[in-house]
Amino acid sequence: MTDITARLDALPGLDPRAPLLQVNDLHVEFRTRDGVARAVNGVDLWLNPGETLAVVGESGCGKSVTAQAIMGILDTPPAHVTGGEVLYRGVDLLRLPETDRRGVRANRIAMIFQDALSALNPVYTVGFQLAELFRVHRGTSRREAKRRAVELLDQVRIPDARRRVDDYPHQFSGGMRQRVMIAMALALDPEVLIADEPTTALDVTVQAQIMSLLAELQRQRDMGLILITHDMGVVADVADRIAVMYAGKVVEEAPVHDLYAHPGHAYTKALLESIPRLDFKGQPLSVIRGLPPALTDLPSGCAFHPRCAYAREICRLEPPPAYRIAPQRITSCHFVREVLGV
Amino acid sequence: MSDFTAVSTAEAPGPRAGRPDSGPRSLAGDAWRDLRTSKVFWIAAVLVVVVLLMAAWPSLFTSADPRDCVLARKNAGGSGGALFGYDFQGCDVYAKTVYGARDSILVGVSATLIAGLLGLVVGLLAGYLGGWIDALLSRLVDVVLAIPFILGAIVLAKRLSSDPESNGVLAVIVTLGVLGWTTAARVMRSAVISAKNQDYVTAARMLGAGPARLMVRHILPNAISPFVVVLTVLLGINIAGEATLSYLGVGLKGDAVSWGLAIAEAGPYARTVAAPLVWPSVFLAATVLAFIMLGDAIRDAFDPKLR
Amino acid sequence: MFRYIVRRLLQMVLTFFGATFVVYALMFANVDDPFQALVGDRPLTDSQRAALNARYHLDDGFFTQYWHYVKGLLTGDFGMSLTGRPIAEMLAQAWPVTVRLALLSIVIAAVLAVGAGVLSGLRRGGVFDTVTLVLTLIVLAMPIVVLAPLAQLIFGIQLGWFPPTATRDANLYELLLPALVLGSLVVATQLRVTRSSVAENLRADYVRTARAKGLAPRRVIGVHVLRNSLIPVITLIGVDIGALMSGAVVTEGVFNIPGVGFNLFRGVRTEDGPLVVGFVSVLVIVFLVINLIVDLLYAALDPRIRYE
Repeated sequence: MTDITARLDALPGLDPRAPLLQVNDLHVEFRTRDGVARAVNGVDLWLNPGETLAVVGESGCGKSVTAQAIMGILDTPPAHVTGGEVLYRGVDLLRLPETDRRGVRANRIAMIFQDALSALNPVYTVGFQLAELFRVHRGTSRREAKRRAVELLDQVRIPDARRRVDDYPHQFSGGMRQRVMIAMALALDPEVLIADEPTTALDVTVQAQIMSLLAELQRQRDMGLILITHDMGVVADVADRIAVMYAGKVVEEAPVHDLYAHPGHAYTKALLESIPRLDFKGQPLSVIRGLPPALTDLPSGCAFHPRCAYAREICRLEPPPAYRIAPQRITSCHFVREVLGV
Repeated sequence: MSDFTAVSTAEAPGPRAGRPDSGPRSLAGDAWRDLRTSKVFWIAAVLVVVVLLMAAWPSLFTSADPRDCVLARKNAGGSGGALFGYDFQGCDVYAKTVYGARDSILVGVSATLIAGLLGLVVGLLAGYLGGWIDALLSRLVDVVLAIPFILGAIVLAKRLSSDPESNGVLAVIVTLGVLGWTTAARVMRSAVISAKNQDYVTAARMLGAGPARLMVRHILPNAISPFVVVLTVLLGINIAGEATLSYLGVGLKGDAVSWGLAIAEAGPYARTVAAPLVWPSVFLAATVLAFIMLGDAIRDAFDPKLR
Repeated sequence: MFRYIVRRLLQMVLTFFGATFVVYALMFANVDDPFQALVGDRPLTDSQRAALNARYHLDDGFFTQYWHYVKGLLTGDFGMSLTGRPIAEMLAQAWPVTVRLALLSIVIAAVLAVGAGVLSGLRRGGVFDTVTLVLTLIVLAMPIVVLAPLAQLIFGIQLGWFPPTATRDANLYELLLPALVLGSLVVATQLRVTRSSVAENLRADYVRTARAKGLAPRRVIGVHVLRNSLIPVITLIGVDIGALMSGAVVTEGVFNIPGVGFNLFRGVRTEDGPLVVGFVSVLVIVFLVINLIVDLLYAALDPRIRYE
């Protein structure tokens, strides 16, 4: 078999100095019997090696779809990527031939999913599912692949890895299963790891362990990490930058501390105010009115206007432009000044 | 959960999203709205109505008497007024086929009613009471299922039809009914168990609803649609079962006229004249097909997940 | 796994006694004259009566009778047919033919069902899928009493592609048409189950994972989807064997194949009670054993069952 790594290193247009990952104006829609759901409407993101970008938003805001579009694992139909580009070191993955695209997955960009129990194949041992990567992408022998699988399980600190490599997914606890998923994603030393709600299904104590394991592995390997979550609490500790998504768009992007201290978008502000805080004990918790919009029928102008406390006539009529309010800070809000309080 | 699933379920409009908690009425209403637009349903319904008419008033379809057989015109072709010709005994094949509907339908419907009743009772008891009653009844289902259907039916039908005077109709009805209830019972049981564990049923129980009320108001409405589907398909199976038993010689006999009997009688003469074999076969298959299609259509209408 | 096997074995023993009891009760319980029930309308001589009694102990109480019957079944003594031949001997002669027929039809059905079912499941709503669904519907609607004589008439007699009846040694060519007929009994259900389980598994999260691992579609489907999709199909085989047994009675009767079903067919027609009870009992046992094997196979395929 041809060496995949060598072919990936020779991708036409590959520029080692280009950003590790850059998503420009990505559009994805789902064409169903009941109409077209516009799940992603012009997402822009970028990521450097060793950096953690958190993508936050309510469920249905398009963050998982964005991740799957980057991976190229959306089901078509019903999902169609209708525009934009996904650049990996300058190479547009959306225009890559299918075999190269497959090579990028797991070798360069890997992903871990929320529910490890259903994301792992129930009828194969975790050893088989790990070894499969080496056998398919590296042409390793069965025995060598298994040895590597044990090594990986060791690295994600699964006790007694040598024995557990022959167990089936349902024999692991939730936290251990997520470790297996992480091991699987890191098997081929990817440069980008996309973690889609990696700890949502877990107990709080286990969540912390998994997050610190992820952070540690990321440091060791100088990986770029995209962390998708709806949990603003998790984000604060681990992320370098945050992209807030609403109705298929990134509405605000900022370094993590700036965003927490001075949210620049009405939605971000509302989101932060709805987090219970110990120092506000006894005061009523603020909630965001209403529900996220139906993706088949997005509101005009700024999609957040029906739920927004700052909304005025212009919000209904015109989509807000992206304002660069500081280096590395972008927000799309007509009333950014009022929100920032300046 | 991926965003795609969120999108597809959230965006599904009224008729497709089953709303079990809004009561049986709207679910049935939604299902009917779906059925009305289903081609499969209408084809099946028309076929079923035609066959039922044939069973009830065969004289609507033919003026000939199926038992009026004249050996002189045996194996004659379509001339002389008989649409499908005459068979080896000189009987009118068309008339015989039309009249064959009656016993076939009678047996199929009655046997299905018996099986349905047995299945309903066993399934409800096992599912609702649980415990050792469930274990016992489930074992009983296993035992009956361990006997291949036609083999059990051969033994039972042979035993029941020992009276030389009868034409075997009752024996076949009882045979098919007594052996055919297991699937219905299983479906009912699992539907009851899953309905029983729904939060809203637990809530109703906590609010003090008695077992009878729970059963009738909350559990049955949700268990009934898979049950109806099973029965519809079983009706087809029973009609085929009658034909098989009659064919083997342990079903209808004497002066009975049925598709199975006609097929059995025509078999040995098929080399000479095919019509007496072909036409009852076509009618039988079309009837079974109609009921299977009806079952499919109802299931699709009641189960929005399957689409 | 060990506990699972033990539990299944215990269940099977229970079911064995239950099922044989039901068969026996169906035949003999509450009969005025059990001897006459065995021989049907035939006149019964005193010597025949004595012979039947020696075999079935019909003068004893019902449970004693059942006990003798089960003892006979377990020791391989299935009694004598009314024609005077030992049923064990008739079975020994008939088995190989029926096994060949059944295997042939299972293979044909499985290949067709899994092949077409996977293709249909991969492209639901496509032309192939629609055509396949309509075909399965038609096949489902064809009872064996319709299919067997019609197939014989059309392909055996009028077109002459296959021999319309089998000879004593029933070679492969002679068995092909009957096997197709028999296989069609189970192919439609198998195909539909394969189709829906492939379609369902395609949407499973682990398939997304497999694609995220950069596996080629062929491997995603061949390794990840297929194994999971075949599990429900395997469990169907147990049920299918029952349908095949029932179907074999008619099919072997129509095509004159000297197998188990044919003997049973003739036994029913000639009102040979001992033969019918003996054959049916043996078939029930075979059915039970096959179902046990299928369950074990199921456990081997699905680790979640194994470690319950």
